[in-house]
Amino acid sequence: MSALAATRRMRAGTLLREVMARPSGAIGVTLVTLHALMAIFSPLIVPYDYKAMAATLTLAEPSAAHWLGTDHLGRDVLSRVMLGGREALVITGIATPVAMLWGGLTGVWLGLRGGWPDEVAMRVVDAFLALPGILPLLVLITVFGTGGEVLLPTLAFFFGIPVIRVARAAAHEVVARDFVSAARARGHRPFDIVRREILPNVTDTLLVEGAMRWSWMLLGFSALSFLGFGVAPPRPDWGLMISDARVYMSLAPWGVIAPVLALSTLIIGINLTADALAKTLGLDRSRKAVI
Amino acid sequence: MIGVIARRLALGLVTVWLVSVIIFLGVEALPGDACTAILERDAHGEALDACRKALGLETPALDRYLGWAAGVMQGNFGMSASGHESIAQMVGYRVRNSLLLAAGALSVGIPLAISLGVVAGLTRDRWPDLLFSTGAILAMTIPEFVAATLLILIFAIWLGWVPAIVLTPADAPPLEFFPEFILASTVLTMLMIAHVMRMIRASVIETMASDYVQMATLKGVPYWRIVFRHALPNALLPAINVIALTVAWLLGGVVVVEVVFNYPGLGRLLIDAISSRDLPVVQAITMIVAATYVAVNLVADLLSLMLNPRLRSHQARRR
Amino acid sequence: MTAPPLLDIRKLCIGFRSRAGAILPVLHEVNLSVCRGESLGIVGESGSGKSTLALAAMGYLRHGLQRLSGEVIYDGKDMFDRPATELARIRGGQLGLIPQNSGQSLTPTQRIGTQIAEALHLHCDHDPATHHARACHLLQQVRLPDPETILRRYPHELSGGQQQRVAIAMAMAGEPDALLLDEPTTGLDVTTQAHILDLLRDLARERDMAMVYVSHDLGVIARVCDRVQVLYAGETVLTGPARAVLRAPAHPYAAALLAAIPRLGAKGLPRALDGRPPTPDMARTGCAFAPRCALATEACHTERPDMARTGDGQAARCLFPGKVAERDAGREPPPCATDSPCALAIEGLSVRYDRPGLLARLTGAALPPATVAGITFDLRRGETLGLVGESGSGKSTILRAIAGLLPPDSGEIALGDGTRLSGAVERRRPEELRHIQMIFQNPDESLNPRQSVGDILAQPLRLYFGLRGQTLQDRAVELLETVRLGAHYLDRRPGQLSGGEKQRVAVARAFAAEPEVVLCDEITSALDVSVQAAVLELLNDLKARHGTAFIFVSHDLTVVRALSDRVAVLYQGRICETGPAAAVYGAPNHPYTEVLLGAVLAPDPDHVPRLLAEDGVELAPPARGCPFQRRCPVKRGSTCETDTPPARDAGGGHVIRCHIPIEELRG
Repeated sequence: MSALAATRRMRAGTLLREVMARPSGAIGVTLVTLHALMAIFSPLIVPYDYKAMAATLTLAEPSAAHWLGTDHLGRDVLSRVMLGGREALVITGIATPVAMLWGGLTGVWLGLRGGWPDEVAMRVVDAFLALPGILPLLVLITVFGTGGEVLLPTLAFFFGIPVIRVARAAAHEVVARDFVSAARARGHRPFDIVRREILPNVTDTLLVEGAMRWSWMLLGFSALSFLGFGVAPPRPDWGLMISDARVYMSLAPWGVIAPVLALSTLIIGINLTADALAKTLGLDRSRKAVI
Repeated sequence: MIGVIARRLALGLVTVWLVSVIIFLGVEALPGDACTAILERDAHGEALDACRKALGLETPALDRYLGWAAGVMQGNFGMSASGHESIAQMVGYRVRNSLLLAAGALSVGIPLAISLGVVAGLTRDRWPDLLFSTGAILAMTIPEFVAATLLILIFAIWLGWVPAIVLTPADAPPLEFFPEFILASTVLTMLMIAHVMRMIRASVIETMASDYVQMATLKGVPYWRIVFRHALPNALLPAINVIALTVAWLLGGVVVVEVVFNYPGLGRLLIDAISSRDLPVVQAITMIVAATYVAVNLVADLLSLMLNPRLRSHQARRR
Repeated sequence: MTAPPLLDIRKLCIGFRSRAGAILPVLHEVNLSVCRGESLGIVGESGSGKSTLALAAMGYLRHGLQRLSGEVIYDGKDMFDRPATELARIRGGQLGLIPQNSGQSLTPTQRIGTQIAEALHLHCDHDPATHHARACHLLQQVRLPDPETILRRYPHELSGGQQQRVAIAMAMAGEPDALLLDEPTTGLDVTTQAHILDLLRDLARERDMAMVYVSHDLGVIARVCDRVQVLYAGETVLTGPARAVLRAPAHPYAAALLAAIPRLGAKGLPRALDGRPPTPDMARTGCAFAPRCALATEACHTERPDMARTGDGQAARCLFPGKVAERDAGREPPPCATDSPCALAIEGLSVRYDRPGLLARLTGAALPPATVAGITFDLRRGETLGLVGESGSGKSTILRAIAGLLPPDSGEIALGDGTRLSGAVERRRPEELRHIQMIFQNPDESLNPRQSVGDILAQPLRLYFGLRGQTLQDRAVELLETVRLGAHYLDRRPGQLSGGEKQRVAVARAFAAEPEVVLCDEITSALDVSVQAAVLELLNDLKARHGTAFIFVSHDLTVVRALSDRVAVLYQGRICETGPAAAVYGAPNHPYTEVLLGAVLAPDPDHVPRLLAEDGVELAPPARGCPFQRRCPVKRGSTCETDTPPARDAGGGHVIRCHIPIEELRG
């Protein structure tokens, strides 16, 4: 068992090294790491309190005191940008693995089980995918509020649904192979077949898929904030900041540009990492349909 | 062949029916109903009862579902909760506007995405490919509202070519919201090009490496003839379904972009309806969007069935 | 050989850039020349560079490959120096290619007619109006019946043999001076292969073409080639007249290759060739074959040999040309005692893939005949039963049904002690499962790429014997040693092993269960001949040591001959003939067996296969009568179409199911 854990660690290490060996991977991993570090340490290093308003200093230009200027309430943009990704990162950082896990396991099970449960489940999945993407989130949030306790399970649930399809297709490919037949012919329990033969062969697909869905979830999360359905003010969030500063864009473009850069670098980082990961694992990410 | 089409159609109908059930149950499961939304703080006692009676909310859920579903099938979505206005009327112009927006984005986006994808695929790992592929990654990663905001910053504020914020009524003639239309469809084009282009690039690379392209080369077929006669018909087949998903997404009302540009389409109506808890309107829009999604995907499935000889005879044999 | 060569390749080096940046050679100073009317065979195992050479002859390199030096002269000019328009004129015109896998080499979205018309359009001046008639003529020339229909078909609607003929017709459309053939019959059934080789011989003779025929199969080369060139690790190691090379090869590698081929005539196992060829990244010091050569001396490892001529027209890259190891007779498999107890009994087994739908069951509509029906045989302990038949004969289906992976429609499967097995693997008891183990065709598919060899072997050991910890490890090492792999293989993954090593691991996994019966599904058909011989030897050892019974499924009659005690010949899911191996490979025979045996090739220039029946692919067995009625060359009227053929006893357990009496079959 410990030997197995050791090989897993070794594999994770080699994988990271190989991803970093590609230029896209190196840039991507660096960006994501920087953002993660910022999310962890920003409360300790921000120059100003994010809600401290200075009535005299609204929409101030960047200066030595306020490197990125101030917003319409006179709050320091730099401090808010540094803090503005924390909530998004924490919530999506938990919701993504949860979505991958429940969607992945359901999909693999359906792919293996086949028959009527598969048929029924796929129709339901289709029906959910036919809904306008953001709608269920909006409805749930309007009714139950915008706290993390609502956002996290909602995001995890709805982002898990397309994963079912992906995992099911991946499982189908593996189930048809002879090593699964061999395990069946030896008489292993279905649980052992899933754990030993199938899951290890779909994790690559799910890993790449997970990275990609994480970036989409971040996009969705900031879109919600932007529309006013996400993080509640005065807490800082990039989507919300862009939405607020948009009105004053002609006077204070820095209020928009700073959070835009922060959000974009994170998402580009995740995407580059996903690309490099896919290439390293020999998968082709761009072939995946956008579902 | 007819059997296959019938089967696909039936599956599509089942999906649409399931959507209606999900929507209905979802709305049922929410705390409060249309009356609590309309009456807000007065939602208690007699006023509430009277309102519920007026809207027929006392009848059992199944009856209401059947009544609603029957109406939807005839194109009658009922009345909006807030405005006492026919939903069919409210939605009509919005559908037109959203269709216009989608048509604008698609008419530029699809040809552009296909050409860029093909060029990138053919020049794999050389500079046109690197340029387009990097551009695609960037376009994919910039959130739609960020792109929209930047466009407004550049074209409305810095260049002053278009007004930054306009309020056009939904039933205005299309020319009146032309500036919003241009900016909004530009953003949408950017977003959709990236996915479709990457997919087509990969598909082109794969077919160009196939045995039959190698064989065509060794049969003495000139390069461009190989590309157009042998490679592209095969490379573009799998693109049909990806394009369909994009089309469905565009037709489904692109909430964020419509909100940013104040574009009077379905998406903005959806947001407004949700904010005012106008659940009948939400239900109606969702049904329209879901039916569009199913229909577009159905068309794509049938199209690839018709164009792909391998799929065609495979299906015919299985029947 | 006074005429100047038509195609002349001189000191050609082709390589690719590795990830580390070094340039690694795939072909190393290869010479090749072929004259009009001459047929040259290029022989080598996988990785020898033979396909690269064939494509380079047309001035074409696969993605990533580059020409390092040397030239390819055709018509007085280097192919690599020609501009694209000139290349396009020559390719498909004067130089035709017939690819390895025609199924994938025909454009899937174009009709056959369009593709042939394109070739005509590009390379002939004929009036486009005549293209259709020309295309029909070409298809007739490659002996395809009903060309009009074929022209309207898409590639996937044709059988493998038909696709290959279309590819030949397309090459002939350009009226070529030379044909390059890249394993054109690999993967086809023996009868189809024999027909296609016949066709190619005739075409080459009629049109006085030059042929460069690339193949791993010396039997095919013997049939079509005048001269042979043997490649090993990207180098020519032997050239010479086909007769001399096949009879008395002057290079030890060619000799070993010949000895590794199982033959119909010679009973006994072929001789294995141990080791594997060097990969392109290995430094070249000395003779490339020295590490595997039984006769290698000190000098062989340090001194690079040049091509040296021998008396009979051969030239060998060897320090001691003409000196080859004494070919000792292959070992005979131990005979199976006829009185050993029964290990497995199959009675009336029948399998169908398409189960009748609800509607068909209610209306009682006539069912299509089952894919496999009426399979009955016993297997004794320590016995090997060979199941032979062409593709679609249902041989793998039978194995899967016995393994419980494909529940049978009817029939019984019982172990030696009389226990009846359930049809579905899920309902069999562990002890029953342990008794029967299966080895699959392709080890890339049957070994989980994510598990180490240790994990793979541990699974049956844990499952059946509950082994843990050190005992598990010891047993796994022991198993590896029985398949001649060392303990250091435990940590490797299948991706790090060669094809032969992978199949050995699969064998070890099957034997880990200590089974009574091992089902082998085409287990050597994905391997090179030398590796195949080694796996056959291994199976034979295991059989002798453990008294295991085998069911050995193969399309290759010679392999089955080498290993089996008894043989059953299958056609369309029905047994045509069964009996002791010597009897089935002797006379009398079922007409189908006769056809199969007649089509088998041998690495012998004087062996001429007999083409007794049309090659055809049948999709479903006939509803009534003899399964072979449609192709049978000696069909006897309507009885064959209506009545199930009787089982006729030819003595000694040799049974032939045919309407024709034994005495007449003997003739």
